[in-house]
Amino acid sequence: MMASPALDERSRHLRRMAVRTLDKGERGHVGSTMSLIEILRVLYDDVLRFRADEPGWNGRDRMILSKGHGCIALYVLLADKGYFPVETLDSFCQRDSILGGHPEAAKIPGVEASTGALGHGLPIGLGMALAARMSGRDSRVFVVMGDGEINEGSVWEAALCAGKHGLGSLTAIIDYNKIQSAGPTREIQDLEPLADKWRAFGFTPVEVDGHDVAALRRVLRAAPVEPGRPTAVICHTVKGRGIPFAEHDPEWHHKAKLAPEIIAKMYQALE
Amino acid sequence: MRKTCLDWVYKLARQDERVVFIGSDLSPGLLGEMRAEMPARWYMEGITEQNVVGMAAGMALEGYIPFANTIATFFSRRAFEQVAVDLCLHNLPVRLIANGGGLVYAPLGPTHLAIEDMAIMRALPNMTVVAVCDAEEMQRLMAASLDWPGPMYIRLAKGGDKVVSRAEHGFAIGRAITMRQSAERQPMVLMATGVMTTNALDAAEILAAAGHDVSVVHFHTVKPLDDAAVLRHARAASLVVTIEEGIAIGGFGSAVTDVLVEALGPAMPRMKRIALPDAFPKNYGLQKDLFEIYGLLPAQIAASVMAARGAFERAA
Repeated sequence: MMASPALDERSRHLRRMAVRTLDKGERGHVGSTMSLIEILRVLYDDVLRFRADEPGWNGRDRMILSKGHGCIALYVLLADKGYFPVETLDSFCQRDSILGGHPEAAKIPGVEASTGALGHGLPIGLGMALAARMSGRDSRVFVVMGDGEINEGSVWEAALCAGKHGLGSLTAIIDYNKIQSAGPTREIQDLEPLADKWRAFGFTPVEVDGHDVAALRRVLRAAPVEPGRPTAVICHTVKGRGIPFAEHDPEWHHKAKLAPEIIAKMYQALE
Repeated sequence: MRKTCLDWVYKLARQDERVVFIGSDLSPGLLGEMRAEMPARWYMEGITEQNVVGMAAGMALEGYIPFANTIATFFSRRAFEQVAVDLCLHNLPVRLIANGGGLVYAPLGPTHLAIEDMAIMRALPNMTVVAVCDAEEMQRLMAASLDWPGPMYIRLAKGGDKVVSRAEHGFAIGRAITMRQSAERQPMVLMATGVMTTNALDAAEILAAAGHDVSVVHFHTVKPLDDAAVLRHARAASLVVTIEEGIAIGGFGSAVTDVLVEALGPAMPRMKRIALPDAFPKNYGLQKDLFEIYGLLPAQIAASVMAARGAFERAA
């Protein structure tokens, strides 16, 4: 795959908001957040139908961040779109905050399902897509999962069912940064051949550079790629993308109490 | 009881468009009429219990009322995290129809025996746990279930169970039913759930023949427990005996004990819990065989009650 395009100002701006959240909350999943930014940016900027001032609007598309530990990226986008004030980000993980280390639907406007325990988002998204079909709504459902997350058997149970039901309205998005908590996915639990696996389960797989905004836009807007089949968008990403000293480094999966000089270096990298 | 429960899913589905059925890999032809009449609301998703529960949650988040059905242990053990997080954390109106509660699957062995399901389910915030005593009471439960706000675990008995419930007792989720009221001033009180209520009533007959007039209180709802009924009966009781088809740790008797200890402290009555020990059953045979092994047959219950009474009298 070609080298990813350089991050534009919007991508850097969203990452600076993520660093602000990490700094104020004194913790967070750095690597997972940074690899997700473009995926969520394109979904919220260019793909999803939603009304930030009416989060329960029935005609909206549903987006579930199944890899709940990447929540800072989601919080940044929701704040950016006006679901809640940007200042709320500064309360991340604090005692009375609505923004915890994993997203909760009952607390945060715009969050469809509480996630954090992995492998729950695709079954829930499947149920939502079937519900839309039963009610004759044309809402689409997007479920964003991590590459480590799809080790979970429940993901593949739901994939079997989505394939059986021919749910074109359901799109699984995999943030394939190739590093899970313990190390490279290739060593810990190899997923390859990943596209073949999704195809075998009845999905139409598409592979894309998960930091290439134009390419993501093209792919995600086109879902479903084949009518009557769910789509699996395999996004090749870089864990920690945008923070050179964190990129590809499993040590940066989660960090707490980042020193002010490290935070300064992170901002510097995102100028 | 199971057939009544499933027939009612269909009946409710005809009344209310929000009702959906989701099975795992159940008998062929199950709810065939419903399938034919409303195929879009009938699902059979195979042996994917984690997915079934998550999918039900997704539908419930969109306003549907899914009735999911599989073997009890596949909810309580296999799909526990989905039950806890997807259903209970979101507090969704999904009904789990749990086949083979307690010792029903005796010949199939410990993998299929739901001995700790009540303890597991009642530990979950927002979960309602019910075990009715017969098919007629199941009808009353199902009618009341439609607009119950949160998740509900419905523990099914074997089927063909003797009908002991009566319409005139009424039915409300969370409210215990006095099946037999002793005329004694300080009676012995048997508290039971599920089909153990039937065995408790039969035990009461045996005790009556021996000159002991006992009360029998039926708790079709184990959570939320009818604390007021527990206390009302316990305050006047010389002995409280709980009877359940499950392990003692965290089960129904444990729930009753919690109420008594909290509310009455040292004034709580003498108590005996009849339940399964902290071990996986080692035998097969029929459910009745396991009842006998664990002292759950009516004559054994009556004998345990008298032994407990004797032991407490000697101690006093």
